[in-house]
Amino acid sequence: MENIGSIFIKSIFIDNMIFAYFLGMCSYLAVSKTVKTSMGLGIAVTFVLLITVPVNYLLENYILKAGALSWLGSSFADIDLSFLSFILFIAVIAAIVQLVEMVVEKFAPALYSSLGIFLPLIAVNCAIMGASLFMQEREFNNIGEATSYALGSGIGWWLAIIGLAAIREKMSYSQIPVPLRGLGITFITTGLMAIAFMSFMGIKL
Amino acid sequence: MSVFSSKKLKPLFEPIITNNPVTVQVLGICSALAVTVKLEPALVMALAVTAVTAFSNLIISSIRNFIPNSIRIIVQLVIISLLVIIVDQILKAYAYNVSKQLSVFVGLIITNCILMGRLEAFAMANRPWPSFLDGIGNGAGYGLLLVLVAFIRELFGSGTLLGIKIIPQSFYDFGYHNNNLIILPPMALIIVGVIIWIQRANTKEAKK
Repeated sequence: MENIGSIFIKSIFIDNMIFAYFLGMCSYLAVSKTVKTSMGLGIAVTFVLLITVPVNYLLENYILKAGALSWLGSSFADIDLSFLSFILFIAVIAAIVQLVEMVVEKFAPALYSSLGIFLPLIAVNCAIMGASLFMQEREFNNIGEATSYALGSGIGWWLAIIGLAAIREKMSYSQIPVPLRGLGITFITTGLMAIAFMSFMGIKL
Repeated sequence: MSVFSSKKLKPLFEPIITNNPVTVQVLGICSALAVTVKLEPALVMALAVTAVTAFSNLIISSIRNFIPNSIRIIVQLVIISLLVIIVDQILKAYAYNVSKQLSVFVGLIITNCILMGRLEAFAMANRPWPSFLDGIGNGAGYGLLLVLVAFIRELFGSGTLLGIKIIPQSFYDFGYHNNNLIILPPMALIIVGVIIWIQRANTKEAKK
């Protein structure tokens, strides 16, 4: 139980998706113009992470890993399908994004209209694929840890995009050198935010 | 030869500087920056991305008339994943140490926006040969930025290039120190920001 909590805190602050690994930068930079849309995208990313990472965790441990197929019988015990993980993970992500989109549209039209355009974009968001690959690399002990990692990463990503969007809204009133406007200053701002987040690195969990 | 005339080669050279995928089209920043601490992984990453972009452009462009429009994204993803799996297996077989350093970022080539962006914007509407050149050009433009950032970070951060010591010992004796800040992740963002600044200050579109 302690482990689950520490993984959660660690993935929000220390191993933050944006500031430590630069995952999901494309949509991070493109969508963070206003707080309202960033809020929508942040929630959508958290939501999709929370579903895809546990599913991929099960896939990894019961189908892909070396010896994972032993539940089918002893003759399957030495099969190693881990080279297939990229294609299976991306297929799962694309399928789940599609499914989530349909379910949300049917049962929560209000949520759908606020997330609407962002959901399909998420299939190619690096943060989603990245979380599944990190889950594979870090070899979590059980599905609880994987889920808490997914939730933590999602919240970390959400915090980062809200912060940047708030700064950019204020920044539109500042005098910025013309060539630096837009992309350049956004990069530098993100860099400064990342330096601020580095102060969490000293926390030992 | 007509296939190498200057007009035909436009898709190859244009993306390298004037229409750079990272600084101008804002594609593919995602997995790029984390591999720029040292020059060697950045070079390998640049080569891997160039190969995958070029061949996925070539394949998609050759079968573009047979792909139903409604399922094109999944077809593109499958082809990209297959190419990335091949690259990953080659790296694991012949460059194991670099492949360990790159860790998850090889897999993340799949979700690199350059790939989908170029497939959607170029390969779906053009013939195979220009698409192939477009892929190489965009991969090279991306690689150039990656190598530039990695060059700055390794030279000033560790005083080495490709693991060979560049800054002489006499500098250290005079009290020169490696800039440890530049190795940390945030500096990659700031360096890219400054590169974009310099480039936009020197191009016509940004001046207006």
